[in-house]
Amino acid sequence: MNRGVTGYLAGLVFGLGLVVSGMIDPANVVGFLDFGGLTAPWQPALIGVMGGAVLTHGLLLRLLERRQQPAAFAGCADLTPPPAFIDRRLFIGSAIFGVGWGLSGYCPGPAIVSLGFGPGRAWLFVAALIVGGFVGGFVADAVRDSRDRLLGVSAAGR
Amino acid sequence: MPSLSGFVPAVLGGVLVGLAATLYWAANRRVAGVSGIVRGAIAGGAAGGRGQPLAFLLGLVSAGGVGSLFRAAPHAAAAQPSAVLVLAGLLVGFGTAVGGGCTSGHGVCGVARLRLRSLIATATFVAVGALTVALVARLLPTWSAR
Repeated sequence: MNRGVTGYLAGLVFGLGLVVSGMIDPANVVGFLDFGGLTAPWQPALIGVMGGAVLTHGLLLRLLERRQQPAAFAGCADLTPPPAFIDRRLFIGSAIFGVGWGLSGYCPGPAIVSLGFGPGRAWLFVAALIVGGFVGGFVADAVRDSRDRLLGVSAAGR
Repeated sequence: MPSLSGFVPAVLGGVLVGLAATLYWAANRRVAGVSGIVRGAIAGGAAGGRGQPLAFLLGLVSAGGVGSLFRAAPHAAAAQPSAVLVLAGLLVGFGTAVGGGCTSGHGVCGVARLRLRSLIATATFVAVGALTVALVARLLPTWSAR
């Protein structure tokens, strides 16, 4: 199947999942993050969403792996996940994301699905998300390049 | 305690997300991480070009269009200042670019693969998100997105 078609279908089903789950409503996300029930009773539904998604995806990936011949993947660099680097970037980036997530109740997926409902303030968030993503990508590359220079690693050898 | 029936749409929605992430992986050998897909759709990735990520984003927006036939538009809390929403967008974009993923890339796709990196990222953004919500509720209640 054409990659554009599968990409579109995946996005559609992914987005419908977010609509059905109610996670396109920022209040439901913040209701989960409010573990102490400071503003209203705690809403645990996000656990069901993540649990359903992780179990489904995890089980299907294992089934896929079993069916495919390892040799079929040999030429596909994307298949093997990159080494699991645990570094400061992972903590700092994830923490900064957490602040924005807690402030707004939006993460990228639900905010983009919200655009399909028509004009609204989610557009502001998405515009800022794009700008922030480029600044973040630029900074992350700059930090990595300067570290590589310090360590004497060439870009080609990375 | 909330009723168990409240979990039915949550789990059903989660299963759809898991199916979609698997389809994207099976067809493209790409992880369905929305923050990375947004950057890839605009900047173009090293492999595969812009077509796939753009198609995925179009699918996400279409899902909102379908949703609008059945329910009211989701809203950011009316009392929340727009400047806070913009600040949050900048932080989410910046943080996910630096940390290498968001709720979908780390939280769903990475955790489903039991990648330590993604488990750590997910624990971090949930903990900091919860701390942020608690601080906002105490100090700046008009900023709350709830």
